Amino acid sequence: MAKLESSFKNMVLSLTLITLVAAAGLTAVYMVTQGQIEAQKEQAQNAARVAVLNGQEGTAIECTADGFGGPIRLMVGFAADGTILGYEVLEQQETPGLGTHIVDWFKDQTKPGQCIVGRQATGQLTVSKDGGDVDAITAATISSRAFLRAINAAYVDWKGQQGEQVEAMTGASLRVETYPADSCKGHHHEGACCGHCERKEACHE
Amino acid sequence: MKNLIVAPAPHAHSGDSVRRNMLLVIAALMPAYAVSLVAFGWGALITTLISVAACCITEWVIAKWVLKQRPTLCDCSAILTGLLLAFNLPSNLPWWIIVIGAIVAIGIGKMTYGGLGQNPFNPALVGRVFLLISFPVQMTTWPRPLGFSSSYVDATTGATPLAAMKQIVKGNADLVSQLPDLKDAFFGFMGGSLGEVSALALIAGGIFLIGMRVITWHIPVSILATIALFAWIATPEGFACSHEYILYTLLTGGIMLGAFFMATDYVTSPMTAWGKIVFGIGIGLIVMVIRTWGAYPEGMSFAILIMNATVPLLNKIRPKRFGGGA
Amino acid sequence: MSNAWKTLTNGIFKENPTFGLVLGMCPTLATTTSAVNGMSMGLATLFVLVCSNVVISMLKNVIPDKVRIPAFIVVIATFVSILQLVMQAYVPAIYATLGIFIPLIVVNCIVLGRAEAFACKNSIGLSALDGIGMGLGFTLSLTLIGAIREILGTGCVFGQHLFSDTYGALIFVLAPGAFICLGYVMALVQKCLEHSK
Repeated sequence: MAKLESSFKNMVLSLTLITLVAAAGLTAVYMVTQGQIEAQKEQAQNAARVAVLNGQEGTAIECTADGFGGPIRLMVGFAADGTILGYEVLEQQETPGLGTHIVDWFKDQTKPGQCIVGRQATGQLTVSKDGGDVDAITAATISSRAFLRAINAAYVDWKGQQGEQVEAMTGASLRVETYPADSCKGHHHEGACCGHCERKEACHE
Repeated sequence: MKNLIVAPAPHAHSGDSVRRNMLLVIAALMPAYAVSLVAFGWGALITTLISVAACCITEWVIAKWVLKQRPTLCDCSAILTGLLLAFNLPSNLPWWIIVIGAIVAIGIGKMTYGGLGQNPFNPALVGRVFLLISFPVQMTTWPRPLGFSSSYVDATTGATPLAAMKQIVKGNADLVSQLPDLKDAFFGFMGGSLGEVSALALIAGGIFLIGMRVITWHIPVSILATIALFAWIATPEGFACSHEYILYTLLTGGIMLGAFFMATDYVTSPMTAWGKIVFGIGIGLIVMVIRTWGAYPEGMSFAILIMNATVPLLNKIRPKRFGGGA
Repeated sequence: MSNAWKTLTNGIFKENPTFGLVLGMCPTLATTTSAVNGMSMGLATLFVLVCSNVVISMLKNVIPDKVRIPAFIVVIATFVSILQLVMQAYVPAIYATLGIFIPLIVVNCIVLGRAEAFACKNSIGLSALDGIGMGLGFTLSLTLIGAIREILGTGCVFGQHLFSDTYGALIFVLAPGAFICLGYVMALVQKCLEHSK
């Protein structure tokens, strides 16, 4: 078969056809994978929710703050009295080997200076360099500050949902950040199982 | 008639050589080194020995086995690189990190480009910055200058005046009281890299080099003047007067070491007087920008490396041709 | 047969996309923080390369010359989108790590380059082989650089600790390490190729 000539009709026809076939193919793949993608996202969210609540009664709050390399998105669990039950970093782009330690640094129960799990949240957690009592990650103070800002914002947001105003500590040497309402999504999640979950569609198990 | 050798000019040698210059620079570093030995004890000696030895071995191995040239150890430049690298390290660094720094300084910073004279960046600083980015924890844990009593590994560590300065610049004015006495900063005995403890000894070495015509005044003076001017304009709150801040800025960290010994490296600095002055102003500005707004407390190494990259351009600033018209 | 073999090995050695043609530098530098990441990126590109080469070779007579670039891009973008959806659904962890670099395969010079230089002039079989060869060459290079950076930067390879976990020259995991590593590996590969000639 000889090559098609570059006439206007041929160009329009061939491009239209190729685009149509591509669109059809993409639609098919989308329909096949969509359920699975949703399920994966839901599963990640649920896993994080279960992990941050540590098997206890409480509320999981999702929150973000600007870290060293980009936004740090995390989920933190509070007990009814404000104790931090646990946290899970959902998304971060910190420096590998330094800032990435936020994933487990503040969870280490053997080092009370740096561990925030089990502490009473106040909305005023700061690193010791800024006069607080949380030991920052060695050589990653900016990531540590951002992490604590996110935790503080989550606490303030959670208290706000209960109708209480809490003053958040941003620290004199830090940029004061405003958290838009949609950056803190509180998912009330009583207990570790899905029994009382508000969002019914999330309860497949 | 047999003994007559016909050769083109020049026929006289001034006695100046790479080797002589390198030895003079090493000699000029000795006062500062003596202060470090007193301040940091054995750690300073061991760090320097490891660094110099590793630099020489790396240079010899690469020259002999990779480039297959006659090894150029005799010009003493590897010894100087090793010494300058050690001057830029904390004195309690694990030995294997020093060795990596030396391999990077000589291997990547110098020999990759073809050896002495070909490298665009100061090799000792390439080594230091490589280590600073690679091992930030070890590279920013400074032993306190306590004197000979401290052993090599168990040195007490503490924050440096630079870290306090950074907090002050960020608005934490209370920390001014934590700065060392200006006299201490001038004579030595403040935390920091091995070779940057005593501003006085470094200035003495620098003036010796200028006096011996190994370096010219242009680069150090323009760096220090730019930094002083910047500090005068942008004095943060908490200092009694801007003179105090200017002095603290100049005397803490690696500014003296960098201005007299690192920025003036022949190979990686411009050739003309005006080129040198622009080079120095650039370094001064970048240091202050990093110190004031950057994430690191010190920016001397970065500033010198960045300005090293502009040297080929600065070399286009030509002096007027001798005897030429206007 | 020898022609097919030549086409297949061409992309792996002589015209290796990374070390020979020096194409696709952006993903090479950005995604080789570990051996697994490098390999995943390479395999993702391999998939797109083979599919787009085959389809473009099939359509080469139907696509008028003057609109060939838009047509190629539509084909390539379609396969990249398919890949993106499939990865999101079945390997979300790798998808999250590679992030923006998966959609950016669309503008990867290797893919469009092979479409333009090879697939639109050769048979379907040869184009598929060319895609496999080029894709494998890219995958091997990225895995090699990724493994070196992972070993030097964290002391691991494919997540397995080789020596003490206190070691790790962070610079190799960061951007400057990517440039240093790529430069030296490229020099070594060129040296070896020169010797083998």
